[in-house]
This record gives sequence, C-alpha cells and structure tokens, in this order.
Amino acid sequence: MSQALEPAPPARYVGAVPTNPWVRFLARRLGRLVLSLYVVVTASFLMIHLVPGDPVRAALGLNAPPDLVAARRESLGLNDPLLTQYADYLWGVLTGDLGTSMISNLPVATIIGDRLPSTAALGVLAFGTVMLIAIPLGLGMAVLTRSGRRRGSELGFTSTAASVSAIPDFLLAVGFIFVFGVTLDLLPVAGRGGPESFILPVLALALGPALALSRILRVEALRVLGEDFVRTARAKRLRVRRIYLRHVFPNALTAMLTIGGLLLGAMLVGTVLVENVFAWPGLGMTIVSAITQKDYPLVQGTILVYGAAVLLLNLLVDIMLALTDPRSTIRES
Amino acid sequence: MHRRQWMAALRTPVGAVAAGLVAVLVVLAIIGPAIWGDAAGTTDMGSINAPPSAENPLGTDALGRDILARVLVATRTSLGLALAATAIGVTIGLVLGTLPSVLGRRSGRAVVTLVNFLVAFPGLLLALFFAAIFGVGARGAVAAIGLASAPAFARLVQTLSATVAGRDYVAAARIAGVGRARLVGRHILPNIAEPLVVSATTGAGAALLAFAGLSFLGLGVQAPTYDWGRLLGEGLSHIYINPVAALAPGVAVVTAGLAFALFGEASAAALGLRATRAPVTPRPPVEGLAWAGGEDSDVGTPPEDVVLDVQNLTVAFGAGAGAVRAVDGVSLTIRRNEAVGLVGESGSGKSLTALSVAGLAPEPAVVAADRLHVNGCSVLGASDRQLATELGTSVAVVFQDPATSLNPSMRVGRQLAEVVEEHEGASRSAALAEAVQRLRSVRIPAAQRRATQFPYEFSGGMRQRAMIGMGLMGQPSLIVADEPTTALDVTVQRQVLRLLRDVQRETGAALLLISHDIAVVSQMCERVAVMYAGRIVEELPVSDLMNAAHPYTRALLASVPDMSVDLERELATIPGQPPEPARRPVGCAFAPRCAFADEQCTAEDPPLAELAAGRHAACWHPQTTVAVPEVAPSRMGGH
Repeated sequence: MSQALEPAPPARYVGAVPTNPWVRFLARRLGRLVLSLYVVVTASFLMIHLVPGDPVRAALGLNAPPDLVAARRESLGLNDPLLTQYADYLWGVLTGDLGTSMISNLPVATIIGDRLPSTAALGVLAFGTVMLIAIPLGLGMAVLTRSGRRRGSELGFTSTAASVSAIPDFLLAVGFIFVFGVTLDLLPVAGRGGPESFILPVLALALGPALALSRILRVEALRVLGEDFVRTARAKRLRVRRIYLRHVFPNALTAMLTIGGLLLGAMLVGTVLVENVFAWPGLGMTIVSAITQKDYPLVQGTILVYGAAVLLLNLLVDIMLALTDPRSTIRES
Repeated sequence: MHRRQWMAALRTPVGAVAAGLVAVLVVLAIIGPAIWGDAAGTTDMGSINAPPSAENPLGTDALGRDILARVLVATRTSLGLALAATAIGVTIGLVLGTLPSVLGRRSGRAVVTLVNFLVAFPGLLLALFFAAIFGVGARGAVAAIGLASAPAFARLVQTLSATVAGRDYVAAARIAGVGRARLVGRHILPNIAEPLVVSATTGAGAALLAFAGLSFLGLGVQAPTYDWGRLLGEGLSHIYINPVAALAPGVAVVTAGLAFALFGEASAAALGLRATRAPVTPRPPVEGLAWAGGEDSDVGTPPEDVVLDVQNLTVAFGAGAGAVRAVDGVSLTIRRNEAVGLVGESGSGKSLTALSVAGLAPEPAVVAADRLHVNGCSVLGASDRQLATELGTSVAVVFQDPATSLNPSMRVGRQLAEVVEEHEGASRSAALAEAVQRLRSVRIPAAQRRATQFPYEFSGGMRQRAMIGMGLMGQPSLIVADEPTTALDVTVQRQVLRLLRDVQRETGAALLLISHDIAVVSQMCERVAVMYAGRIVEELPVSDLMNAAHPYTRALLASVPDMSVDLERELATIPGQPPEPARRPVGCAFAPRCAFADEQCTAEDPPLAELAAGRHAACWHPQTTVAVPEVAPSRMGGH
C-alpha cells in the first residue's frame, strides 16, 4: 500500500525571516522580557536617587564625619553626572558587578551569590510542593464532587481551603513553629540544616497557594466535565483515567496557569517573610537587613534579583500557556 | 435601590458575620486605647514573659506588659494604617485608571502599558522597593503599601471605566460634545463607585496583612509605637517561653483580614458583581448511569440482523412521584443496513432517546426499559467495562455541534487514534496511520497534515466529517447521528449527509438519524418515527409519507416550504406549543393543537396502534383517507 506522504507545509516567508508562529511568539515574548528587565534595572538604579535627602548620610548616620561621607559619595560615584552613573550601572549589571555593600564592603554580587542558593532551593521545592498538592487534590475533589455528589465534602473542602489560603504565609509559619516546634518538638524551626529543616518553611510557603489552586482546578475541571467534547470522549468509551488526564485536565489548565502564575509570583516574594520567620540564610534576610541599615547598593542588587525572578516566572507561565492552549500563540499574531 | 442591595449583603450569613466583625474592629479601634491604654503601657519587671494567668489572660511580654491589652490597643494603629494605605492606593489607582479615558490615544496607551507592567509584580516586592526609598517607619510603610496597591486598583478602574465608556449614554454624551474630564467626573466615576468601594474593602484586608508583614520584619512601625505585626515580631523571639504572645497578634491579624475580605465578597455578591454559582437544588446522587429496571423482560427474541432493539424506553428526571418523564415508552427496532429517522420538535425527547440508546444519557437522568439491546447485548445494568467492550467500537455517535464536540487542545489525529489505542490495543503509530486513512475516507483533503492540526483549524463541515471518521475507527454496527447537520451551512449539510449515507452503505451499519427537519430525514432514511412529547406518535416508511395518518405528522409535512409554494400565502405553522414534560395533559398530548381533536382525545391517551404493515400511529382519528396535499410524491422519499 503506497502511502504518499504529503510534503511538509511550505514555510511562509516574509522577506528572509521565517514566520513560524512559534518563533514569532518566542521572539516577541523574549523581546518583552528584555525590555521589562531593562525597566527593572533602571528602577533599581533610580532607587538610591529617589531617597529623600542624602542616602550616604542616612546610611552612615547623622553624626558621621563629613569627610567619611564625602569619601563614600566619591567611591559610590554619586558625584558624577546622573547619566554617567546610569551608564556605569548598566554596564555593571551586564558584567556582573552590582556594586559594593556600604556596610560590609563586600561586593554585592558575592553576597547575593552566597545567599541566593538557599532562597532558590526553598522556592523550587515550594513550587514543586504546590503542584504536587494542588493537581491531585483538585482533580480528585472534582471526581468526587461531580454532578452534585457529596455536597458535604464539597462544602468542607471549599471552606477549609478558603480559610487556610487566606492566612498569610508568615502567619502560617508562626503557627507551624508553635505546633511542630514548641508543642511537638518534631521539626527544626530555625536555620538551614538537613532535609528536615526544609519541611516547615516549604510547607508554610506552599500550603496557601496549593489550596487556592486546588479550588480553582476543581471548579475548572467540573466546568470542563460538562463540555460536549467530554461527552464525545465518553462516547468513545475511553477508560475514566484517560478521560480525566487527556481530556479534562489539559483544558482545565488555562485558568489554573493564569492564576497559578500570580500565586507563584507572590510566593516567590513571600520567601522574604518566611525566611525571616525561620532565620533561613537566604536573600530574604539579606534584603530586610539591607533596608534597615540603608545599605543601598545591596538593596538595589537584591531588588533587581527578585524583580528578574518574577519576570522569568511570568515568561515561564506564558510559555506554558502557549503550549497548552495552541490558539493563544496564533491569536497573538 | 443601593441601600437595599447593601442590606441584602448583610442578610447572608457570611455577610452578617463579616459585617459584625468589622464593626467590632472599628469599635475597638476607637475606644481601645482609652480603655486599655494604661494596661498596655504599664511595665512590670517582676513578671516578664509570663504565661497566661488570671491577671494577664494572654501573659506578659518582655517588659511585663499585658499582652491582651496591647493586642486590643494595637487595633487602632493596625486598622488606621491599613485604611490609610488603602486610601492612598485607591486615590492613585483612580487617577491612573481614569487617565487613559481623559488623555489622548497615545498617552493613554502609555499609562495603560505602565499599569500593566506594574501589575505583574507582587505587591510585597513593590512595597519593599518603596520601603527602601521612604525608609523604615509607619509613614514610609503607609506610603509603600499605598503605592504598591495602586497598580491593582488602577487596573480595576481601567477595566470598569472601559465597560462604562462603552455604554450608550456615554457615547451619547460624547457626541453631544461633553468634554473628556466632565465625562469622567459625571458619567464614569459615579458608575464605578460601587464596585470600587467593594474592591477597596477587600483591598483594606490585603493592606492589613501587608502591614503586619512589614511591621513584623521591622520595616513598619517602630518602637515605641506598636501594631499587630510588631507584636508578632516581638512575640516570635519568645515563642518558646510564652507562645501565646506570638499567636494572639497573629490571630488578630487573620481575623481582621478575613473580616474585610469576606465583607468585600459578600458585598460583591449582593451587588451582583461576581458570578456566584447559584445554589443548585440537591439531586439524589446517581452512581454512574442509573440503569433502573435491571433485568430486562423477554419480549420475544428478535431476528439475527437486528442491531438496535429498544422496548418501552423511559428516561426520567427526579425520583418518585415527582419524576418527570422526558421519554415515555419508546420502542424502536433497527436492522443492519437500515436507516431510521427520529423526527420531532425541540423537547420531544428525540435527542434523549438517541443518547440513552448509546449509553450516554446525562447524569441525573434515570433510564429504564423493558429491553435495550445493541447487537444482542443488553446495555441496561451493564458495567462501564462491559459497555466499553461492547459499545466501544460498535456504536458510533455523531453529535450536533462539531465546534464543541472535539477536544480543543488535542490534535484531531490523536482523537481519532485514541479509539483503536483504547479498544484494540494498537500502537501509537499504527493508530495514527489508521486515523489518517479514516480522514481520507471521509474526504478530508491533505489528511496527513490535517491529522496533526487542532480542531479550531478545521471548518465546521470538516469537523463533522472528522467526527464521522472518529466513529468509523471501530467497526460500527450502529451509527447514532444526533442532528448532525443542524449546526452547519446548508451547502455543507448536503456533503455531510451524503457522506453519512455512503458510509452507512459501505459498512452496512444501522443508522439512527435524529432531526427536527423531516425533509432531511426523508432523504436519508427508509423509515421514520415521529416523536411528540416523549412518545412515538407515528411510524411509517418514508416512501409512504404522503399518506401520513397522524395529524401532527401531516402538519409537520405541510409546514415544509418548497419552491412551488404560493409566495403570497403565509408560511404554514403548527399553532401552539408542545407541552412541558412536567405538565403533560391527560389524554393525547397533541390534542390542544389538533384540528381533529374531540372529547375522546382529551380524555384518553391513544396507544400506538398498527394501521397497516409497517405503519403505526397513536391517534383516535388517523387521517387515512386523504393524502397530505402539500407533499409531492416526487419530492419526498427515495434515496
């Protein structure tokens, strides 16, 4: 039997640039990322100049000797014209030089490099935990409560999830310390140590977003269950697991990804609070002490890192949205 | 009107509780310092970090001060600062949000882009940014949180303004020459005030939490001033000695935050701003498809080539005495190679019959029958696995709306391939190859490429053909087509119907075609059954349609227009409406609309009686003498 393979669709060319929709989407999205990063860099640069009064004096104290203040100003380049400082700063960011801490005299990049891994570990684990909890819980509850079944469980789940996810992460953290540290003395509550030391911080970060997302996933999955194409899948007599995993879940993802992106961004920044509760040696403690001590170069550097992380997360979410909803890439063009 | 709606918000249990809590908080904020101020400030170095006791219900802090008093007094600071921050956020948000409506296109677009950019960042990050600029302390924190919440409010105001700006009265004002600023002040702002207030309430809750966080970090209020966040921070360092010192302010923060959030939600619901799910009346839980009437009675063994054997099918909603029968005693037999049409108005139960036959009746429906056999196997009481093995490849269903009947996020080829992957254990590549073959056989050009596309890239007719192809992946002995062409253009209808007919001929399958269009059915089928109000009222060969006996069938035929009809006359219709399934009248259901009805018709329900070989009608006065005048024999019948 000859199966004539139809030729691949010819790439459409505009000038010399292939206009594959995926390439277009990625190019546009990366362009937007670069632009946003540039704005974040500019904003962090402007920070020190927006401080009312003299930032150096504010950092060194009102009683600091004037020549020390002057020397510091000089070393920070604050006496140069603004545009020169801006150019220097941009160049510094590109080459990895984020300035020097006013308090400890260490390079900001080094400090950040020391502390970032702990925060990153926390963030990645929390993200994984959110997915590990939200997806099975949301889908499972959808299966259990479809078509008005188990109204009691539905009410219980919804109200519990809503209440717990309304509690901010640092308060959850304090609660965990009380229960698992003070009362039960089961888990470590301060500092980073072995794997057990990760449990409470990760849980405090992940629990709220996980429950909120599971609620959304349940509602979306139930909505999709009522769609015509699920009826078609049932007409094909596919086994239940396949219907849920291949037909229901992918179409329930869009809402979950959109809101998930927002929740995860908030969780990322929530590490600042949770780290301070658990005395976790990450960027969170760094930025708070830097702000308190008015160590502006360090503040600039850490804000830059957090801002860039949020932007990268948004990019990831956009890519995943484009992957799961093929119409979105095309529609953007 | 507005007050009534706000009152309605208070009437819901959630709204009442939340409103009560907010009221308590406000009262505490006002009178707290006056009553407990002293107790909160009195140090007692003799009992520092003491556990709860009768004298100090929550214990004391590091300077011996009563914790409970401090928590209560801190209400004013916490609440006041949160409200101040919210006010700043709302004001700036209002300005930024209404600016695009006031400014020109370009500048407006720039503002919108700026707001969209800022909204992408979590509030806490923006708050930290501004806190670094303004410095630690209550004032800086208020400014920081206020500015951090502004983008979200601005976005909301933008969306609301855009909705209002699109309304007719705004367009009228614009045409009348009303200036932009006036437009905003007079027309837009008053109409977005309510949703904005509700949002501000929820925002106040968020600001409260944010403030607690900042103060906890030491970036908010500074000693000697204190708020809940600061108390939390102080208590945390002594949590092993007196945990209540940390928990109490935490509870206060959570309660207050929840109170505001819930009040905002309740108000939004009451003002109809959020699409709350209407409470669904509880239905008795149904496990899978409830196939009542387990063992089917033996009403004679049908001959070998009968594919579909239905006797006395009933589909009801609800249980017991109040059950509504949407399908009431339908019997149908279809043989191999035979095409039977089921015709009726909307609500006649024809779709439900078709779905029940395929085992796809919607969840709350209770399906019962004396006999419901497909290929000799009973569908009643069968488990999901039995249904999968028996009906998986032998029954093909074509649904009405091809746009929604295909999974939008799965490639078409895979959706076809699934059938043989599941039921015949085919490998992925083999299944895909067969899917491409099927797509070719249903006349979809460039099938190889089409198989890798998503449904939205197909046209309506192509989607329907793909659905037919999907049904062909097995070896169907029964094709159930539920209004397969209703959602398609007339020109495409012909193609799809012709395809369906050819497919039926090639596979020798039985076809059950549901339609409201008797002309379509008469072109495709050999026999037609007419349904009305859940029952079959007539069954006859298509070739004999001109001699239809039941008044309803005759009226249906008469209402089909053709090219020879006199253009001056009105279109023929059947006056009246079919009865609702819950309110079926005694006697013949069609009697209220029938020209030949008499007392017997309204008193007794006529049974489906045999008039001649292969012809049945449920009528006390079947019109057997005169042929239907408007039906030209050449137009109807035949393939």
